[in-house]
Amino acid sequence: MSTASISNIEAPALGRNLGYKAFALGKFRFERDEYFAHIYYPLGRHLMPIDAFLRALMRDVAWGFFYGTVNFDNVLGTVNHYGTVDLFMGLCNTAYRQANRAYLETFPTKDIKAVFDGMLDDWTIEGFDPFAAPDETGKPFGRKRGNNRKAVQRQRVVAARMVGLPGDTGYRTDANGYSVNRQFLDVPQDQPEVHAEPGFESEVHAFNLFGYLSRSDVTWNPSVCSVVKDSLMCPTTEENILPIFHGNDRVEWFVQACDEIIWEIEDGSSGKPRAKVVMKAGDVAAMPADIRHKGYSPKRSMLLVWENNDNTLPEKYSRGDLKPYPVEF
Amino acid sequence: MIVSDSGGGVVSEYQTIFGSLNHYEKGGVEIIEDNPKHYVFSNVFEVASKSKPYEKVCVGKNLKYVIEAVRAEGDSPWYSAAHDESALCMDGEIEVHFVKPVEPQVPESREGSVKLSGEPKGQKMGWVKVRRGHMALLPKGAAYQFRSPKPGVLLIQTIKGDCTIERWAEICQTK
Repeated sequence: MSTASISNIEAPALGRNLGYKAFALGKFRFERDEYFAHIYYPLGRHLMPIDAFLRALMRDVAWGFFYGTVNFDNVLGTVNHYGTVDLFMGLCNTAYRQANRAYLETFPTKDIKAVFDGMLDDWTIEGFDPFAAPDETGKPFGRKRGNNRKAVQRQRVVAARMVGLPGDTGYRTDANGYSVNRQFLDVPQDQPEVHAEPGFESEVHAFNLFGYLSRSDVTWNPSVCSVVKDSLMCPTTEENILPIFHGNDRVEWFVQACDEIIWEIEDGSSGKPRAKVVMKAGDVAAMPADIRHKGYSPKRSMLLVWENNDNTLPEKYSRGDLKPYPVEF
Repeated sequence: MIVSDSGGGVVSEYQTIFGSLNHYEKGGVEIIEDNPKHYVFSNVFEVASKSKPYEKVCVGKNLKYVIEAVRAEGDSPWYSAAHDESALCMDGEIEVHFVKPVEPQVPESREGSVKLSGEPKGQKMGWVKVRRGHMALLPKGAAYQFRSPKPGVLLIQTIKGDCTIERWAEICQTK
């Protein structure tokens, strides 16, 4: 395993010319064809279906590499060290490690982001939205055909205090392009009564969070909606399958606001199955710091992801100062 | 499936399933090789259905930060905190009344909500009425009171304080 910087952002493509750029990052090389992403690294070559690859890449880029590990599948992934990012093959796969096939390089965040941004931009063709549920978007297959920059350059919503406060992130409305999703047409859009005395308009505040979520145009993309110091409530709308296995570097919590999500829980280091968590409306569950999870949402649902943004936590968990589960009883 | 309009939505082929005090279905943890306690699995409606009014029962804990399930019924005590909190209405119709105390009720260094002895002297800031899915800000330094003629459920995002109740063994799946 080594540390390397970008050697060539736009390497020449090999094989058939389908109009897509090839990308190089350290000793990694990425190419795509009609159906697959091909990832070459010094110990071999890995393939992912291009739709799965782009959906995972979209989350990794949009989340700024998120908390901890983003597993694109059971071989390829990234680990965020908040300033640098590991790009790995087989790191969280016991068989790869035992066979000495695991490989990792570390990059400054801005460098890997530049390559991932470029790849997402070039490989996402017209009509395909990697943030949308599969039933809501076109297909990513075939030769290079236009782009979908509007979709892949969405900015993640991060409220400073609470959505809707003066100067904070705004509401979603028909007028600004956020219509109610087809699977949430029955979600009430009424607004709370707010009676603020003069001078207290920025403090006496309430909004329809579920209505706001019903208008989200993305899936599996937590957005910060309310903040209590480092406590971030990050609700999100989910449909179909979380495109990654997320291995957090700290404990996170889920509150199911409506409908149902089934979570597959695996060991964060080995991928060994540990549990299945079925969450229905009102259910609350912790995701321990040593697992990885993938969610399945048969119908579009609302999930409140609750995070602790204290940046000292990853080291405390990795050193064993904190137990990987949040409560003992 | 076509469902009827109820509560402000429109007719849809999809039915969104929310929970309530009167009706909720609980999922659970199916263990393969782990301890179910590590998932600290509970349900806010079940917790609220077994709570006294305005008990602040912890259902999520991330070191000092907590989320509390609260059964809102009648008038609550007055509370205040030295930091922002949020209250998400999960069921019912609940008013939150705010007062700007003449004197700060909670020192800056203290975390979590503090139960006050009564309504503090100060300027009325206003009030909000929230229903299911509505989120209210409980602003730093304000005193606030919940009023709910009928039972409802709130989810409070805050920091562990003297009023936070931890009864994990009673509310969580243990096996």
